[in-house]
Amino acid sequence: MDKITLDINGREQAFELEPDQPLLWLLRDELELTGTKFGCGKGLCGACTVQVNGQPTRACVTPAAALAGRQITTIEGAQGRVVEAVKAAWLHLDVAQCGYCQPGQIMAASALLAQVARPSDEEIDQALSANLCRCGTYPRIRAAVHCAANSLAIQTAP
Amino acid sequence: MNRRHFLIAAGLASGGFLVGCADSARQQLSDASLPLDKGQVALNGWVKVGPDGRVTVSMAHSEMGQGVHTGLLMLVIEELDCGWENIGFENAPIDRLYGNVAGMAEGVPFRADDDGLLARSARWTMLRVAQQLGLMMTGGSSSVRDLWPVLREAAAVTRETLIEAVASAKSLAPSVLTLESGHFLVDGKPVMSLGKAVQLLGASPTPAARWTLREPSDFRYIGKPMPRKDASTRLDGTAQFGIDVRRPGMLYAAIRFCPVRTAAVRSFEGGKAAAAPGVRGVITVPPLRGGTGGVAVVADRYWQARKALALVTLESEDVPMAAFSSAAAQTGLAQALDEEDGFTYWHKGDPDVELEKSARQLTAEYSVPWLAHTTLEPMNCTVEYHGDRATVWAPTQVPGMTRAVAAEALGLEPEQVELSVTLLGGGFGRRAEVDFVAQAATIARQFPGRPVQLLWSREDDVQHDFYRPACVSRFAAGLDGEGRIAAWRNISASQSIVPDFLARTFGMPGMGPDKTTSEGAFDQAYAFPHARVAHVVVDLPVPVGFWRAVGHSHQSFFVESFIDECAHAAGRDPLAYRLELLAEHPRERAVLELAAARAGWPQAREAGRALGLALHESFGTLVAQVAEVSRTEAGRIRVHRMVCAVDCGIPINPNLIAQQMESAVIYGLSAALGGRIDIENGQVQQGNFDDYPTLSLAECPVIETHLVQSAAPPGGIGEPGLPPVAPAVANAVFALTGTRLRTLPLAFPA
Repeated sequence: MDKITLDINGREQAFELEPDQPLLWLLRDELELTGTKFGCGKGLCGACTVQVNGQPTRACVTPAAALAGRQITTIEGAQGRVVEAVKAAWLHLDVAQCGYCQPGQIMAASALLAQVARPSDEEIDQALSANLCRCGTYPRIRAAVHCAANSLAIQTAP
Repeated sequence: MNRRHFLIAAGLASGGFLVGCADSARQQLSDASLPLDKGQVALNGWVKVGPDGRVTVSMAHSEMGQGVHTGLLMLVIEELDCGWENIGFENAPIDRLYGNVAGMAEGVPFRADDDGLLARSARWTMLRVAQQLGLMMTGGSSSVRDLWPVLREAAAVTRETLIEAVASAKSLAPSVLTLESGHFLVDGKPVMSLGKAVQLLGASPTPAARWTLREPSDFRYIGKPMPRKDASTRLDGTAQFGIDVRRPGMLYAAIRFCPVRTAAVRSFEGGKAAAAPGVRGVITVPPLRGGTGGVAVVADRYWQARKALALVTLESEDVPMAAFSSAAAQTGLAQALDEEDGFTYWHKGDPDVELEKSARQLTAEYSVPWLAHTTLEPMNCTVEYHGDRATVWAPTQVPGMTRAVAAEALGLEPEQVELSVTLLGGGFGRRAEVDFVAQAATIARQFPGRPVQLLWSREDDVQHDFYRPACVSRFAAGLDGEGRIAAWRNISASQSIVPDFLARTFGMPGMGPDKTTSEGAFDQAYAFPHARVAHVVVDLPVPVGFWRAVGHSHQSFFVESFIDECAHAAGRDPLAYRLELLAEHPRERAVLELAAARAGWPQAREAGRALGLALHESFGTLVAQVAEVSRTEAGRIRVHRMVCAVDCGIPINPNLIAQQMESAVIYGLSAALGGRIDIENGQVQQGNFDDYPTLSLAECPVIETHLVQSAAPPGGIGEPGLPPVAPAVANAVFALTGTRLRTLPLAFPA
């Protein structure tokens, strides 16, 4: 058991951690940040996607202890113009059905848009195909990523 | 909070002049009460109005992605227009008033066009049984169909009662007043707000004696693509699913099931696990409500429970399932067709003689495997037990059953258990089962005073499901000289769902034949002059359950593929061939023609692709789909586009309809292209999304939804988009390659 300081949603906190404890359960059970979901436990479905230094990361297979010194962002702490544009596009196109996978989808989509301003369909496929949705919101997710990219481009246009 | 209670037995039955009410008896069943906040008024068990002008609907249906909360609120606001931002809901109490009548009444094994004495009396009986049982259930695409008259009437009587009060206070004739967006108007000018009007009513107002429902031509909400209620909570992590329940002092439970589905634990070694960090207990859980037995580890944190579970070893009791193999059982289903005639669901004319006489005979055998549901939120339930009472939080499609089952496991009466239905991270029929509820209650009983949350792993979910039954179906068609179908004989074999479901959840026997085994095969509109459609029930030890669209999900694959075979054998266009068989059925023709036109039938948009179509009616709704497919370089089926045409009666919300088409197409494609559960020695071989795949965004086709305008009463929408998916794709594959695929999941031969 090691004492490790983690930066979660901009707040530094010290935890006693087993070396193999996945970030997911620290978030959900210690911190009650339940927006990050459990779906498979093997990094296959993306429901647990958070951002670590802006990179989409599967919290269910990432040991928390390995994340000292990095910035961990969950759906509860996600802010800024990119994620706001993503959420607005998601609402505009009424993407969510049951909603269970959507925090993970939004974390993955906003990580993509932070790096690629106008992603192509292929880039969206690549970035989001490991985020599964059993309700079938994919067509709207694709449209909403384009929609968010457009609105961000308009915001930054001179 | 200062709360009063309104006895919901009052309500519409108190002398109301019912206009177009299908089952006013629904209003008289209750002995429960609705909690009321200060100043709130309720005239029935469905709708409360507050002095702030807010309308609160008593929500008897579970939201699992299908948009039912939004759809049902639209029925209320249509008659009680408080403004969309001022309408919300609370979970309904457990009461017979909220029993789903439409969902059950559909279970009778007769074709829609069968108006014989037996069919009519069976329907009448089932309706009465459903009303008396009062089973609260979200499923069978029945929510809107069930509450279409009920909620609108409950809202309309509330509106008219308020109008009378306003009219009296303002010395106006009630007929000059209307309600729009939270204000009573005269000639378009506001005279009083809804909230103020509520304050005119006393504590127990008398409901208006007369009211009328809006004409469809006057609808202000119904038919509009209203956005989903509470959508933003799904985007910021605040939506609460069952897995998200957090209570002070809560313990977490993980469970190791016996590897053989349905087996019980004979013995286990839990000493090491009990000594692991954070562990509070290691206990056996018997097979409950159709579930598998196992050993649960309860700990302060879920991760601790999960980790300690690896230290548990267990021995299982022997069960018949341990000798079961799915491959052998599939062969057994086909053998059953050699040996038995089965139960005849539809008989017309003399198919055997006509088949012999026909110019040409066509035969084929089709099959589908068992399937798991894989809701993205794994099974879970939270129970807080206090000796003489308990609270249960469950993502469930069957609230009344959930409460009863939890109470029994806790040794309590149902009334001693308070149930909170959370959001469901997917349902698809899996959450009509209550095995996980009984398990959670059994575990929590050992920890009085401490809330306990049981959460399954994905592997638990895939390997301890109630599966869509495997099915084998045989066809023989006799074609006349012009290639028309003169005789149609179809018999399928599978397990039966309903008797086992009733036994494990209610402890009651099934009634009559289980029409879910043959639905989609015997009840379609095609005009065959001579026909026999039958089904053979084969008993197998695999637990089977309701999977999205149930029998329709595979019977449509069989029927719509074989019709296509007949069309090609006759050298006819599959669209024209179907239209000819549907001469007496304009609604069916309309959806087929619309889908075909929008898809550009018969020509695919690009070289190397082909189109296939399918039509299916289920849950009161007609859907035709055209799939556009190609073969990838890796030899896989790629679906580029699915064009859907829908006649679901009066469309309540076109936005939700389109979403449910998209949902059903994708769920259906996951199954059609990759879904299969294999079982060896009683153990399910698949376990997670790597070996039980679900469609990804990159594999998702473009999906278009086109509505046929209709004035018929609303049909269901959560399931009807699924049945035509697999046959549309299989038919397109045939058009592309000349290879007829008769087994799911679909794959080109190696």
